[in-house]
Amino acid sequence: MLEFTVPLAAMLLIAGSASVFAAASEADFKSAYAEAEAANKEAGSLRNQWTTTSAALAAAKKAAESGDFDKAVASSREAEALAKASIFQATSEKEAWKAMEIR
Amino acid sequence: MRPAIHFASAALALAALWLGAVPAAIAADTPDPVADARAFQKFFTDKFPKVKLEDFVNGPYSMNQDMHRQWQDKEQFPPYDFSLEAGKEMFSKPFKNGKSYADCFPNQGIGIRQNYPYFDEKEGKVVTLELALNRCREANGEAPFSYVKDDMAALTAYMAFTSRGKPFDIKIPNDPRALEAYQNGKRYFYTRRGQLNFSCASCHVQNPGERIRAEVLAPAIGILNAMPIYRSEWGGMGTISRRFTTCNSQIRGVPLDPQADEYRDVEYYLSYVSNGLPISGPGARP
Amino acid sequence: MASTIRVRATSSGETTEVQALIQHPMDTGLVKDAKGELIPPHFIQQLTFEYEGKNVFVADWGPAVSKDPYVKFSFKGAKKGDDLKISWVDNKGTSDTTTAKIQ
Repeated sequence: MLEFTVPLAAMLLIAGSASVFAAASEADFKSAYAEAEAANKEAGSLRNQWTTTSAALAAAKKAAESGDFDKAVASSREAEALAKASIFQATSEKEAWKAMEIR
Repeated sequence: MRPAIHFASAALALAALWLGAVPAAIAADTPDPVADARAFQKFFTDKFPKVKLEDFVNGPYSMNQDMHRQWQDKEQFPPYDFSLEAGKEMFSKPFKNGKSYADCFPNQGIGIRQNYPYFDEKEGKVVTLELALNRCREANGEAPFSYVKDDMAALTAYMAFTSRGKPFDIKIPNDPRALEAYQNGKRYFYTRRGQLNFSCASCHVQNPGERIRAEVLAPAIGILNAMPIYRSEWGGMGTISRRFTTCNSQIRGVPLDPQADEYRDVEYYLSYVSNGLPISGPGARP
Repeated sequence: MASTIRVRATSSGETTEVQALIQHPMDTGLVKDAKGELIPPHFIQQLTFEYEGKNVFVADWGPAVSKDPYVKFSFKGAKKGDDLKISWVDNKGTSDTTTAKIQ
């Protein structure tokens, strides 16, 4: 049995690390998209979503539908970054707005 | 290596926001609307000493001589004429149940636009003219109008017209909720939003009279006095809600519902700080 | 049908100044509606101002003219109380006409 498990383990290891360089899978897309959506939802609760976030999410979904999961993952990651930036904006503006006020 | 470029741009955006963030300024904890309004008006009259206070209601036309001349010509035959006429007809026509708009408003709905928006103490919220009009419709069995399209704009065009020349007279009752709505509106006005990171103040306080692409920016003072407006850019009439929602989209922020609390509150704030300036609606803009 | 033409003609001395506002969609045929379908072209092709049987102003328009066009011009030889006839025809064959008194 041992003579199978070592090469098997080795294969799994290689397979595991190979996925970093190999094409993204549908599972990769689904998790990246879910993260992006969650961030955008949080931005929504702060009443500060960006139109470009929605556009990136839509692009991700479209790419996934046509089977291009590399592109879908990339767009999802972009959407997440934009959503996070919009959260940062809403949070920092809670105090920063006062500097703009006419006094 | 596309993801790397996207990350870089997002990182840059984050860095810009970080650098733009300013340590908390010393703001008074209890808002003082009277002092705010005085400071607001002083800011613009200081910045534009040659413009009479009441002329600020003309927006970009008060900022640019050449545009002012063209606009005066156009005012002889203003593009909002058709909408105004339609609005008058709509206003006078009774609902299916026999009642009319006159039954829902003080003074039969004539010459009252300068009192809106107002803080409704029963409801605990700001009520805009458009909201009141739709509530009147629904209370009388009629379908509500879209807040951004022609029908609502025609109605408010007529109501604004009956108030032409009357000074804005927005009241903040002695109610902490009203003060909070006012403060919310003020905060909304100065808060940066959208991917382009603009606040209303970025254009209308920091850059009135300057251009954004081909448009001359209007000063924030008196900016709602000419509403609703026929905007050449829209090829038609638009309400305050239309302007708020389209502005949000233009700076890449997802717009809120046309009568969202934030919009009602910012309309409350902007109208209050323009108290004393005359209603000039309906208006025409580029 | 209510008139689509608003006109004001005022005479002072020799010159009569005419202003007109015409209600017309002036669709170029290049714009899409909310459903993504092209709105067909619908614009005024000819606008005529007639005084005493003679054309004092003729405009040959195309889709480049904006919605609800406004026209202003002056001409000589008319006086207060005279009639000025305005008419337009569009690319669908629709037309409208009105007569105004020079003030």
